[in-house]
Amino acid sequence: MGGWYEYLRERGEPPTWPYPVRYGYEQEVDCDVLVVGGGIAGCWAAISAAREGLRVVLVEKGNTVRSGAGGPGCDHWCDVPANPLSNVDPDEWAQHMAERPYSNGIGIQIQCRENYDTLLELEQMGGKIRDTEDEYVGAEGRDEKTKFMLSPRFGRVHSYLELDQAQMERTFRSNPEKKRNNVVLRVWGTTFKPALTRECRRLGVHIYDRVMVTSLLTEDGLEGARVVGATGVNGRTGEFFVFKAKATVLTTGGVGSMWFLSTELGGYCNMHPRTLSGDGTAAAWRAGAELTMMESSRVLRIATGYKHKWYSGAGDASYENVPIVDAQGRPVPYPIQGWLDFGAMVPRPETEQTIREKVLKGEFELPFYGDFPAMKEVERRITWRLMLGEESTTKIIVDTFEKAGFDPARHLLQSYKFIEGGSLPQWREPWGGGLIVDWDLKTSLEGLYAAGTQLFSPEDHSFAAATGRYAGRKAAAYARTAPDPRVSPEQLEREKERVYAPVRRRDGIDWKELHAAIARVMQYYVSEFKTERLLKIGLMALRKLEEEAVPRLCAPDPHKLIRCLEDVNLLTNAQVVIHASIARKASSVHLDFYRIDYPELDPPEWNEFLVLRCEEGKVKTRRLPLRFWGNMKEEYEARNRDYKGVYKR
Amino acid sequence: MADEKIMAIPNIPTPSTPVIFNPEVCNGCNHCVEVCQIDVFIPNPEKGKPPIILHPDECWYCGCCVNDCPRPGAVAFNWPLQQRGYWKDKATGEVHQM
Repeated sequence: MGGWYEYLRERGEPPTWPYPVRYGYEQEVDCDVLVVGGGIAGCWAAISAAREGLRVVLVEKGNTVRSGAGGPGCDHWCDVPANPLSNVDPDEWAQHMAERPYSNGIGIQIQCRENYDTLLELEQMGGKIRDTEDEYVGAEGRDEKTKFMLSPRFGRVHSYLELDQAQMERTFRSNPEKKRNNVVLRVWGTTFKPALTRECRRLGVHIYDRVMVTSLLTEDGLEGARVVGATGVNGRTGEFFVFKAKATVLTTGGVGSMWFLSTELGGYCNMHPRTLSGDGTAAAWRAGAELTMMESSRVLRIATGYKHKWYSGAGDASYENVPIVDAQGRPVPYPIQGWLDFGAMVPRPETEQTIREKVLKGEFELPFYGDFPAMKEVERRITWRLMLGEESTTKIIVDTFEKAGFDPARHLLQSYKFIEGGSLPQWREPWGGGLIVDWDLKTSLEGLYAAGTQLFSPEDHSFAAATGRYAGRKAAAYARTAPDPRVSPEQLEREKERVYAPVRRRDGIDWKELHAAIARVMQYYVSEFKTERLLKIGLMALRKLEEEAVPRLCAPDPHKLIRCLEDVNLLTNAQVVIHASIARKASSVHLDFYRIDYPELDPPEWNEFLVLRCEEGKVKTRRLPLRFWGNMKEEYEARNRDYKGVYKR
Repeated sequence: MADEKIMAIPNIPTPSTPVIFNPEVCNGCNHCVEVCQIDVFIPNPEKGKPPIILHPDECWYCGCCVNDCPRPGAVAFNWPLQQRGYWKDKATGEVHQM
């Protein structure tokens, strides 16, 4: 039973807290560039700023070596049109990706221009990006000269564009013969995070692990003023930190289980750890920064704790070239994101409906399986060992399946399609909300930059890497000439008071109860059925939690203190979501946002980013055109004339 | 058994055991404690003993603790019973579960 109960039984008492408790102790740290969040974007931002010779501090809530959504690994380096095997022009591909409504054209342009350089630098640091051991000779997509391994993803059909015509095959000006686009590389991502952490240390970045950033400091403590650092608290010792910085880069993750908490599998509620609690977004909001797309959310299809985890066979069993068959071995016409269907994965609604009807008529028999044995040997190894073996949380899935006797050469992996049921429309996750930035990835606040999933409408791992690397560079350039930070002692005192309140109580509400309550409010009032009346009840319910439950939060140790502070951040994020939902008086397919009282879908006057910020307790909104970033190629080039490409170690 | 002293303790979080330590192999180096981004574990107060699982309900099953363990066999992943996957032998049709 995990050792705790055995210990209790043997000793007659629980173990004492293993770390020194230092509530109220304070450490002050000065630097040029402060990076908040040590995931993929944060490590890259820190490396990039440290290369400029500045004093860089990286603060991470977990342990940098494996923290963040990309900590365990990464199997696809997506949208890398600058790679030598690509058949499309980087700017044209960026343009294509940014055609999706509510995408992030700035981040995508940076990604498409710089993520190949980023990848090569990763290799210099010890990240594995090529088949140097010749494990996959003879595989489709393997290039003998470079030993790069292409993935079929986005080969010809772009599955994420299902909502509009862009999903169809299209001809790129730069690829008139419609060769495979070759814009996604397979990578050995389990090597990445340790390599990035080593490089941070080699460059002299001061890493503060296990420290949660609780607030951003503003000049003289004024809302909306220049950001001059942050406060933090250590989740093991409870020690307080004051980070003073000329420039700050926000690279925390987004927000995870705002709509959903399985109290038993609390860490399993979505594709991210529970620690993804919108800390950066909440801190930026309180400092007065502008956020957008906060009204957007979508149904959580997987990893709820009530379903099988993705890649252990959930709906896909387990994609990329794996044919899906029914219990009788009959092929089921799901796209498999493989060489045969050139990269599409999500079936058309008609296909899904036809399969369902055939299941009900007995023409397909459940369960479905991923037919690994039917695959060509080398492709099977690639999907099982390289793709699943190197992806974020899936290495352990592959390993435990093999230990239990699963052999992909002989065994079909079960799919849980249909039998696990669909998700409730109330099981949602935020989708795309984040900070508004300009072409320097500077937020609306002076001195504050952002990257990765902290940006509005973020993309994947290589997006986080490339934007982190870029934001670090720009923040460093600012920090070179920026004045010293002026921190307000009153702001620090207020924050200390707030942070330590839950540890002063001996009784009260625990973090899980509050988290579940927030999730329930979101399920009832900000889900499938949205009306002004429902949204306002939701806002009232969240305010009630803020006024009545938060002042009763009780944390018996520093770890639970972090969880309590995360709850407060979830609550802040949830309130912003409702404010944004009330302000958008239209429905939108692209934002998965449906207002019963404003049913018109994506009316032209509402095809805009809705931008929110907080000023003296009041929510201020404005709107930005969907392509507010202008001409992507020109704007990028105008600001990066001195960009040197691959950094030589 | 009848007179055994039993402590009054709350229900145990479910599932409670995301990993199983092998005390014969684990030397209590606490690498897994450091690698975990959640702090699911704490070091055992007794040096050299496997860490204690303190927050099993917060585990997100990323596997880093097992993946990065420097002593093979010291810690094994333990999927919750309800999360264990199924497969089928293509030749015999026999169904297995993890």
